[in-house]
Amino acid sequence: MKFTLSWLKRHLDTDASLEEICDKLTAIGLELEGLEDRAALFAPFTVAHVEAAEKHPDADKLKVCTVKTKDHGTLQVVCGAPNARTGMKGIFAPEGSYIPGSDMTLKKGVIRGVESCGMLVSEREMGLSDEHEGIIEVDEALEIGTPFANVFGLGDPLIDIALTPNRVDCAGVRGIARDLAASGLGTLIDQDESAVKGKGKCPVDVKIEDKDGCPLFIGRMIKNVKNGPSPDWLQQMLTSIGLRPISALVDITNLMNIDQCRPLHVFDADNLKGNITVRETKKGEKIEALNDKTYTSEAGAVGICDDSGLLAFGGIVGGVPTGCTEDTVNVFVEAAYFNPMRIARTGRDMQIESDARYRFERGIDPEFTTTGMEMATRLIVELCGGEVSETVTAGKMPDWKREIEHDPDFVEKLAGFDVPEEKQLEIFASLGFEVKGKGPYKVTPPPWRGDVQGKPDLVEEIIRIIGYDHIPPVSVRPDDAIRHSAETQNLTRTRKARTSLAARGLDECVTWSFMSKDLAGQFGSNDNALTLTNPISSELDQMRPSLLPNLIEAAGRNHDRGFSDVALCEVGPQFQSVKPDGQQFVAAGIRAGAYADRHWTDSDANREVNAFDAKADAMAVLESCGAPSASLQVSRDAPDYYHPGRSGTLKLGPNVLAQFGEIHPAVLEDMDIKTPVVGFEVYLQNIPEARKKGTAKKLLELPPLQAVSRDFAFLVDQDVGASDMIRAAKGADKNLITDASVFDIYTGKGVEDGKKSVALNVMIQPADKTLTDEELEALAQKITDNVASKTGGTLRG
Amino acid sequence: MTDIASLKSELTSMVEAANNLQSLEQARVTALGKKGRITDLMKTLGGMDPEERKTTGQALNALKDEIAALIAKQESALRKQEMAGRLATETIDVTLSPQQQRKGHIHPISQTMDELVTIFADMGFEVVEGPDIEDEYHDFTALNFPIGHPAREEHDTFYLPDDPDEKGEEARKLLRTHTSAVQIHTMKKRKPPLKVMYMGRCYRADSDMTHTPMFHQFEILLVDKKSHMGHLKGCLMDFVRAFFEIDDLPVRFRPSFFPFVEPGAEMDIGCSRKGGGLKIGAGDDWLEILGCGMVHPNVLKNCGIDPDEYQGFAAGMGVDRLAMLKYGIPDLRTFFESDTRWLSHYGFDPLERPNAATGS
Repeated sequence: MKFTLSWLKRHLDTDASLEEICDKLTAIGLELEGLEDRAALFAPFTVAHVEAAEKHPDADKLKVCTVKTKDHGTLQVVCGAPNARTGMKGIFAPEGSYIPGSDMTLKKGVIRGVESCGMLVSEREMGLSDEHEGIIEVDEALEIGTPFANVFGLGDPLIDIALTPNRVDCAGVRGIARDLAASGLGTLIDQDESAVKGKGKCPVDVKIEDKDGCPLFIGRMIKNVKNGPSPDWLQQMLTSIGLRPISALVDITNLMNIDQCRPLHVFDADNLKGNITVRETKKGEKIEALNDKTYTSEAGAVGICDDSGLLAFGGIVGGVPTGCTEDTVNVFVEAAYFNPMRIARTGRDMQIESDARYRFERGIDPEFTTTGMEMATRLIVELCGGEVSETVTAGKMPDWKREIEHDPDFVEKLAGFDVPEEKQLEIFASLGFEVKGKGPYKVTPPPWRGDVQGKPDLVEEIIRIIGYDHIPPVSVRPDDAIRHSAETQNLTRTRKARTSLAARGLDECVTWSFMSKDLAGQFGSNDNALTLTNPISSELDQMRPSLLPNLIEAAGRNHDRGFSDVALCEVGPQFQSVKPDGQQFVAAGIRAGAYADRHWTDSDANREVNAFDAKADAMAVLESCGAPSASLQVSRDAPDYYHPGRSGTLKLGPNVLAQFGEIHPAVLEDMDIKTPVVGFEVYLQNIPEARKKGTAKKLLELPPLQAVSRDFAFLVDQDVGASDMIRAAKGADKNLITDASVFDIYTGKGVEDGKKSVALNVMIQPADKTLTDEELEALAQKITDNVASKTGGTLRG
Repeated sequence: MTDIASLKSELTSMVEAANNLQSLEQARVTALGKKGRITDLMKTLGGMDPEERKTTGQALNALKDEIAALIAKQESALRKQEMAGRLATETIDVTLSPQQQRKGHIHPISQTMDELVTIFADMGFEVVEGPDIEDEYHDFTALNFPIGHPAREEHDTFYLPDDPDEKGEEARKLLRTHTSAVQIHTMKKRKPPLKVMYMGRCYRADSDMTHTPMFHQFEILLVDKKSHMGHLKGCLMDFVRAFFEIDDLPVRFRPSFFPFVEPGAEMDIGCSRKGGGLKIGAGDDWLEILGCGMVHPNVLKNCGIDPDEYQGFAAGMGVDRLAMLKYGIPDLRTFFESDTRWLSHYGFDPLERPNAATGS
């Protein structure tokens, strides 16, 4: 909401400085959003006289003007405007001045060989309007050197406040003045709200069929008006806040809107066919609107109609055929009250933004409907003359009155500080609230404060006028220490997962929760139930079924910037359904290109990333989150966006904890990724909760005897899994064997095709006595037998 | 005895003359070997009378020990000398770089969230959760946004197809536009007193210089029988000062409007914009930092809590914006671009986890 200081002072009698006013606005909840001191901004621009305008020697459309200024002497200016002519007066911008409308600083130029010093400006260049057909022409009676700001009434500071949706009463300067007066910053100046006496019945009758959409409609005919440009004071007021003056009748409605928060509509009565009916629109009614757009109505808007059909969307926008022009002689004035919900719905459905819609949909003062009509009538008669009819009223005043119980002690209970009862009553009175009874009081908010509905609203009214800075801060730190973690299990796991991944060299990313529907199909699912109905782009229209695609795309973007070897991770949600349990917490990561940079110590440092890098990352996350890593089973059933032979799933029984592997080359090809990529996904919620028995760890028992290490080499079929061999070896004696691991795999010379040689190291830990050679030999035999029976492996000779 | 004395002097000079391990070994053999000089003399003991044998034997043994000790000492010196010679040839180029482990980083949003959790946990708030996919009821209606009210529209909501298993507003699925929906879930599940915090991704169909379609919010909620706006203000003052690490950070509380609170407020912190840059702290200007207020009675009612008995406050803030302000990150959009140069520059060392003892 924009207004100038002088406009405010038409309603508020105050000695307060601009700064005090601005501070107070913010303090009472009308937050100052901007303050433009335009006198300074426009200071360089002044009225200048075009002494001569001659054709440019080298260009048909350009003119070389001799321009007389007050401070810069007489200068030569090249101008392309068709209206530049000898004798006119325009606005001159000197060299070095900042042109607000085109956001540039003016330099001396040579245009087709002719020097040009400064410029004659258009309205667009001054930021007044979009008009750029010609340069600004001012009254030739104005003196050379008159400041531009004075000519257009722009010398005044422009105040812009951010209105919250509840404070529509301050969408009028009068309302702002009323609030400031209540806060003690001056007194509200009386305005003439008396009725204008009309003569004769209004010749146009009004009937309301849609009483829900339009509870009250007041109309009046004013005959024989003389419409035309409005007087300077009105034009300047509108220009000062960025509105374009049109004609007196239209300017008056705009003034009522901004000044009084009272939208009105004026019809050219000679273009009305019969009487006015307010009814719900039918689907498909056409209207050529005053905002230069044509609309086809949806059913159920509030339609202002005559015998010819739909004239206007009530409370939103009027139509061109019945709009007022300079030729309008007889005008029918509409002051109506519309149902905010209906206006909001129509505005949204039809996508029409207007000043009237903004106000009506937020709920303006219904009582002011009558007053607004009278004030507008007075202005029309004053500026355009004419004969006023009596008003015609259809419908009735909506019932807006409500009583709210107010206990003066409630202020301290809710706000934390005491406000004396008299002060509370004084504030209510100053804001127009009616108070009855003697504590608890019955308070009736004024008709312009539809937002005040309950007890806390009344408290807010009192403390915002006193100032929130009176609220005393009180700490909420607990007196005793917190005895448990403040985190949820998900949050703990999220934190641990990202920390362990970053410690392993992965950069944590935050990527969109959505992605392209096409690509989502390749990563599990692109179910329609998870497709956004109004995405911002088709690249971001599907809730992601996996975190990997966004990370892989990120690797691609980094590759394009010259960084091919990346390790990225993300810990966040993925989506399987719209249900609350359809959202999973996942820690995912990728490594692309080379595992590490080349290094002089290690010729293999620069090797390509492989599935085991991803497996190690997944295992690290699982371990940090407390998964029983020793009991995990590895199977080969990772989803099909992984390489079918180079991927795996980490499970506990049927419970899938993680997947890892090379990303399927076909998927990478589709995504136009040129480097190899490996990835993993850990389902944090699937990790079983650790069984917690107090804080003590299991007692460490160190065996007194040294462990024995034995190596075995087995020949097995190529497709035998290492984990099966390890399990078989360990199974030979669960008490004595503490660990088994693969330390070498060999194929090639000496190993027949289809087989591989797998070297196992087995750690044997005797418990109470050293093992004899015979016992060791027997154990070795048992290991060999067990591996043979479980995997078909034979000891390699 | 003179023989022994001269032998001692002879052997001593021989050992001392040995300048490498090889000649020292030769000297050892000459002196102490089976056929060595001292052994030779030992062999003569048999022909002596008992008295002489005793004294000569003792003298020879003493000489043997003495020479052996001398050899050991000489050997140690020679070994050191030899090692020094070898080490002199083993020089490496210590200016070469060692093999570096790849360094990963924590995203500033995660870091900031951890900081927020740390600060509010210290004040006794505990974490609760809610889903990203919400419905019209939880995101708006239960939070006292009147149906059709412009306040709903300001949210630029992303919608999903209706859920056929639900009815009415709960069927109308959307991406949560704010974390406030978690209030509803929490208050429906648990009864006051409540002192909780919740955070996460939020979504609005808006994308320009200062808006991204996804962003992060952090919110706190406290409901009991006595907490008032003074507690709200105190809590938030403690928070901003701890978060920005400025003890005397000025704050300003002013009226504002959010449908789910009443009275509503926004909090500004002091800053200075002199010289083009933004500096947080005492200054001549204010910076909006969060929205808050007393929980609206309608919200309590919607969750089955009696507003005549209970009251409390809620406050919400944009995590991304807090991270930008605290860490001087200029452009919101870069948070989501996953540019490794940005991640390593603005990201955090994984060991640098916020905690109450070391400060956030």
